[in-house]
Amino acid sequence: MSTFLGMPTAPPRSPYGTGHLRGDRTFPEAAHDELRNEQLRRNLGRATRTIRTKRLDVTGELPDWEQLRDAGSAIKTDTMNRLPELLEQLERKVTERGGTVHWARDGVEANEIVTRLIRATGSSDVIKVKSMATQEIGLNEHLEAAGITPYETDLAELIVQLADDRPSHILVPAIHRNRDEIRQIFLDEIPGVDPDLDNVPAHLAAAARAYLREKFMTTRVAVSGANFGIAETGTLAVVESEGNGRMCLTLPDTLITVMGIEKVLPRHQDLEVFLQLLPRSSTGERMNPYTSMWTGVTPGDGPQDFHLVLLDNGRTAALADAIGREALNCIRCSACLNVCPVYERAGGHAYGSTYPGPIGAVLTPQLAGMHAAKNDPNSSLPYASSLCGACFDACPVKIDIPSMLVELRHQHTEQSGTTAEKLAMKAAAAVMSRPTLFTAAQKAASLGRAVGGRDGTVPRLPAPFGGWSDSRDLAAPPKQSFRAWLSSAEGAETMRAAAEEGAGRTADTPEEDR
Amino acid sequence: MRIGLFATCLGDTLFPEAVKSTAVLLARLGHDVVFPPGQTCCGQMHVNTGYQREPVPLVRNFAEQFGDTSIDAVVMPSASCAGSVRHQHEIVAERYGDAALRAGVATVKAKTYELSELLVDVLGVTRVGAYFPHRVTYHPTCHSLRMLRVGDKPLRLLRAVEEIDLVELPEADACCGFGGTFALKNSETSTAMLQDKMHHISGTKADVCTAGDSSCLMQIGGGLSRIRSGTRTLHLAQILGSTRTAPYALTEAAL
Repeated sequence: MSTFLGMPTAPPRSPYGTGHLRGDRTFPEAAHDELRNEQLRRNLGRATRTIRTKRLDVTGELPDWEQLRDAGSAIKTDTMNRLPELLEQLERKVTERGGTVHWARDGVEANEIVTRLIRATGSSDVIKVKSMATQEIGLNEHLEAAGITPYETDLAELIVQLADDRPSHILVPAIHRNRDEIRQIFLDEIPGVDPDLDNVPAHLAAAARAYLREKFMTTRVAVSGANFGIAETGTLAVVESEGNGRMCLTLPDTLITVMGIEKVLPRHQDLEVFLQLLPRSSTGERMNPYTSMWTGVTPGDGPQDFHLVLLDNGRTAALADAIGREALNCIRCSACLNVCPVYERAGGHAYGSTYPGPIGAVLTPQLAGMHAAKNDPNSSLPYASSLCGACFDACPVKIDIPSMLVELRHQHTEQSGTTAEKLAMKAAAAVMSRPTLFTAAQKAASLGRAVGGRDGTVPRLPAPFGGWSDSRDLAAPPKQSFRAWLSSAEGAETMRAAAEEGAGRTADTPEEDR
Repeated sequence: MRIGLFATCLGDTLFPEAVKSTAVLLARLGHDVVFPPGQTCCGQMHVNTGYQREPVPLVRNFAEQFGDTSIDAVVMPSASCAGSVRHQHEIVAERYGDAALRAGVATVKAKTYELSELLVDVLGVTRVGAYFPHRVTYHPTCHSLRMLRVGDKPLRLLRAVEEIDLVELPEADACCGFGGTFALKNSETSTAMLQDKMHHISGTKADVCTAGDSSCLMQIGGGLSRIRSGTRTLHLAQILGSTRTAPYALTEAAL
C-alpha cells in the first residue's frame, strides 16, 4: 500500500449514471422531437409570455429593484466565498435547536440517508414538498425501489408523478400539459375520482385536494427541499403557493429536508432581500402565498424529529471553478427559463436535466460534468443558446449566464482534443490573421457567385451548413468586397465626393441637433 | 474627428453595402474616415464557439490596426463585433495573451463604438440628412440591446429620417435565432425562433426590416427570402446613408 501526498484532486462531480442531471441524447436531438410537439409549443408560448408580463409588472414597480438585485448578488457571492464556515455554523445552530444534520457527498449518499431515516419511522409512505434537490438525485425512484411510496403534494408535481412523466420547468413542472391532459391523468390515476370530472381548473384542483388531504392526514413522514437555510439561526425556509408544502412541513411527526449546500444564507436579515427577489422573479407576484420557516424542533408544535441532509453532488466541484461558481448563486426562480427564446421553443425536457433552461445549461454541466462519457449529452448544453442575453437581464441575482456559457464552451473545446471543428477554427484564424490571405479568400468567396441561382441566392449548402439552408436562403457573395471597392476608382471617387460634402456641411451646420 | 472604420469580416466579404454606407455617411458628416488595410476579423465567432487560443492573433491584429493614437474612435456597423471587442478581447488577452496585448486591448476597447453609439453619443448627431420614403420596422439585435445597451439610439436616428414610415415591431426584443454557430448547431431551434420573428415582421407590412447587425439580417433576410415575404432586410447604415440626392433604390429581392 502506498500513500500519495500530491496535489489535492478536483472535487467530484455528481456520479455518472445517478440522478437526473443528464439526458440520454444531445440537446439538438431532443429538441428535434420537442419542436414538433405543437401542443408543447403553444402551452410554453402562452405560459412563458404570461409569466414574463407579470414579472415585468412587479419588478418594474419597485424603485429599488436594481439595488435589490445587486444586494442579492453580493450576499450570494459572499456566501460562496465562505461556504464551509457558513455550513458549519448552520449545522451547529440546527443541532442546538434539536435537529440532526447529515452530510451527503452525492445523490447516492443522500438517497441512502433519507431512505434509512424513513425506514426508522416504520412508515412505508412519505409525503413530499416540491423540491428540486430531491428531483436532482432521483429520490422518488430510489424510495420506490426500497418499497417506500413517495407522494408529491405540489399540484403540478403530482400531475407529473401520476403521469409517470418528468418535470419540464423549475417552477411550473407540468407546463407542458394542458387541462384536458390533466383531466385524463386524474381519471386514470387517482383512486376513486369522480368519473364525471371535467376540465375546469377549479374542479381539477378539488379532485387533487381531496386525494391529497387524505395523504396529509395519514402520513407520518415528510420530505422537503429548502429555498433558504440561515446559518446565523439554523432556520430553514420554504416558499410556495399552494399551502400543500405547509401541510407537509407541519403535520407529520418526522420531517427530512434535503438542501443543496449552496442554499445557505449568512443572516436572517438576508431574507429581506431574497423574499422580495424570489416571488417577483418566479411567479411574478409581490409575495408568495405561503412562506414557512422553522428552526430545529419546537416541543409540542410541528414535527418532533427533524433531519437536515446537506447535499453536495457536484456543488463543491462547481465552487472550485472561478467562473462557474457563479451558477451556485441561483435561487431557482426560473425567470431565465421564462425569458429564454430557446427554452420557449424546445421546452424543458430537451435539456435532459432537472435544471432546464439557461441556468440548467450552465449548472448541469458543472454539477455532473460534460465529459463523463463519449458524446456526453451534457456537452451539448452550453451550445443550446443564441447568447441573446435575456437571461442575464432577468436574473434576480445577476448571474452572467451568457458569459458562463461561453466559458463552458471553451472548457469543452479545451477538453475535446482535436476535432474537425477545431481544425476549421484554426484554419480560419490562420487565414484571418494574415490580411493578404484574407483578401485572397474574399476573392475566392466572390467566385462563389457562380453557385448562386438566378435570383442571386445560394439555395443549398453542404454540411455543416445544411441546417442553414433548410429554412434560409443565403445571398450570393457580392462582386466586390468592401476593401476592394474602397481601393477601386469608384470607391475613391465616392469617398472624395462624400468628404467634399462633409467639408461644406461642417462649415455651415455645426453638429446641429445634440 | 478621425474615425477608424472596422468593416468586420462578414461586412467586408458578404455585406459590403452596409460598410460603404457607413463610410460614406461618416465622410458626409465631415469626418475623416480611415480604413487600416491590415484589418480582418475580431474573432467573435471563435470565442462564441468555445475557441479562445485560436483568435489570439486576431485580437492582437485588431489592437495593432486600431491602437494608433491618431485614430480618435473606432466604429463598426455591428453591435456583436463591437461587443466582442469591448467584452471578449480582454478575456482572451487575460487568459492567453501577454502584458502588451492586454494593454493594447484596453486602449482600443475604450474607443470602440457601434455605429448608432458613435453617431448619437460621440458625434452628437441624430439628424444625419437621410431620406428614405418607405415603410420600415426596426429589429433591435440582442447584442446591441443587451450587451452594448444602445437603447433607443437607432430608433432616434431612424425617426429623424425624412419621409420614413417607421412602424413598431411586436416583441422586438426577442432574439431572431441567429447566434452565430448556434444557427448551425441548433438549426431547428434557431429556425423556430426565426419563424416567430418573421411572423411579427410580416405583420408590420413593412417594406424593410432594418437592424444594426448584418449577421442577424442574414438570418432574418434568409428566412424572409425563403418564404417569399414582401419584406426585405437592410442595414441601418444603408437607410441612414440614403439621401434625397442619392436615394436608396429598393428592389424586390429580400436579400
